[in-house]
Amino acid sequence: MANKQRNILLFSLLGLGLLVLFFVNISFGSITIPFKEVYNSLTGGQASKSTWEYIIINYRLPKAITAVLVGMGLSISGLLMQTLFRNPLAGPYVLGLSSGASLGVAFVILGAAFMPAFISSILLSPYGIVLASTMGSSIVLLAVLLVSHRLRDTMAILIVGLMFGSFTSAVVGTLTYFSTAEQLQKFTFWSMGTLGNLSWTSISVLTSCVLIGLLLSLFSIKPLNALLLGENYARSLGINFKKTRLIIILATSILAGSITAYAGPIAFIGLAVPHIAKLLFQTSNHSILFWSTLLLGAAIMLVCDVVSQMPGLDITLPINAITSLLGAPIVIWLLVRKRKMMG
Amino acid sequence: MNKNILSTSNLSIGYKTKNAVTPIAKNLNLNLQQGKLIALIGANGIGKSTLLRTITGIQKPLEGNVFLNDKKIASYTALELAQNLSIVLTEKLPPSNLTVFELVALGRQPYTNWIGTLSDVDSAKIKEALELTQISHLATKKHYEISDGQLQKVLVARALAQDTALIILDEPTTHLDLLHKVALFKLLKKLTKETNKCILFSTHDIDMAIQLSDDMILMTTETVIQDEPCNLISKGSFNTIFKDEHISFDSEKGKFIIV
Repeated sequence: MANKQRNILLFSLLGLGLLVLFFVNISFGSITIPFKEVYNSLTGGQASKSTWEYIIINYRLPKAITAVLVGMGLSISGLLMQTLFRNPLAGPYVLGLSSGASLGVAFVILGAAFMPAFISSILLSPYGIVLASTMGSSIVLLAVLLVSHRLRDTMAILIVGLMFGSFTSAVVGTLTYFSTAEQLQKFTFWSMGTLGNLSWTSISVLTSCVLIGLLLSLFSIKPLNALLLGENYARSLGINFKKTRLIIILATSILAGSITAYAGPIAFIGLAVPHIAKLLFQTSNHSILFWSTLLLGAAIMLVCDVVSQMPGLDITLPINAITSLLGAPIVIWLLVRKRKMMG
Repeated sequence: MNKNILSTSNLSIGYKTKNAVTPIAKNLNLNLQQGKLIALIGANGIGKSTLLRTITGIQKPLEGNVFLNDKKIASYTALELAQNLSIVLTEKLPPSNLTVFELVALGRQPYTNWIGTLSDVDSAKIKEALELTQISHLATKKHYEISDGQLQKVLVARALAQDTALIILDEPTTHLDLLHKVALFKLLKKLTKETNKCILFSTHDIDMAIQLSDDMILMTTETVIQDEPCNLISKGSFNTIFKDEHISFDSEKGKFIIV
């Protein structure tokens, strides 16, 4: 079929683009390092300046890997949620999952002082933050799911997500009132979102979490396709709906939770990327959408990161600002152009 | 003698809440046989949907049992049930980019592997379903690009692809004009004859159901009877459907008239 050839072409282009973007991402920053040098240091050779090699290995490479993980994870969790909620505007940020994760992190960073010493030491370990934010995001997701059962209306679910967002920010606000300047600064920096500053240990924890989340999503591809016909048809096709829903909740919470824990609440990637994939590949088939969303998510996050570095300048913009600049117009455009095919 | 696909024994249907039991119909002994087209008729709100929900295993019976291929329906796993019973619902499909082919192919889910790869057998069954319903030419169209009548055929094709001995359709002819109603009924009739499947459908188009179905299940507030249409006419059963002095059944013409 012509479609098949088109998909193969698109996938090869995307794969190639991702590879190029990965190099571009490492090469650009406050200091521009030539491609050739980047290639040399990544393949184990020597860069002509040892500072370059140091920057690449300890700063740029971890950041690029984080960008790929964040882009993939958030986009896939958005894809899962859009099908589960039968709602084109669902996504981890819009539905308040990121806010839930923030609340978890806020409790860890700002509230640890109030806990007994042994609990706070657990909470402040690298796993503590991941655990707290994953729990935070899954609690919000469960709450939204509960409400969405009563409200089938798209807008109502979004408003519920917004309400959870303001609820959590109110709690976070209360917590900040009681915390020290140092804790507050730490939390504020975290909440602006950052892809850099992650140690290799953190990256390996994040990688495992994202891999677990993606693996769970991979097992949801078939039931997700059945869900395109609605819950009742899916059941009649032998899909265990409760089990499927649980796996999807787990996958999205782990993905959104772990990513938010390390990179901060990053807006709109989870919402916008699946739509770009749907438009590009003109399909609802999740066995195609899964891979295209994965590749596109990584590529777009790398682009956003390059933009936020402001190549040649000495400043770095918060990554959240860039993703919002890109994502918010897409959301408005989707609302205006709410067509039958969206889904 | 035709084989029984689905039968009920002393089945009572209805709703159970913490405080009260609301029975809708009691002592149902229905037999759905291979190769038969069976219509389920009755006034709005009489409990047709409840009956369909109960015999498809979605809702638990108050009493009695439903047997599918001589095995209690409650003892089927979701997957086994999907390989023995397929449904066509009235509800609207959620928005998506599914093509007609992909939609019909979803009917193969109970047979595909964990990621849903279509085998040669699957592809053959899909092709057969598309041909039987005469929608092969629509295969590459998106499901929202076709007419209601065509979409209904696509949904029937999806149920066919699921390759079950029993297909249950909930009011398949609503929203269709006369031409497409007749076409769909004739298609269902043809399918029962050509594939030897049993097809049960609920409908409000009683006149047409009388002419085309092999058996009818008639629900009224007092009883539920299953019989051949001509027997139901001679027994005068159709006059019991609507409790209204202005509607009466003309047994010679085989249709309802307004007095």
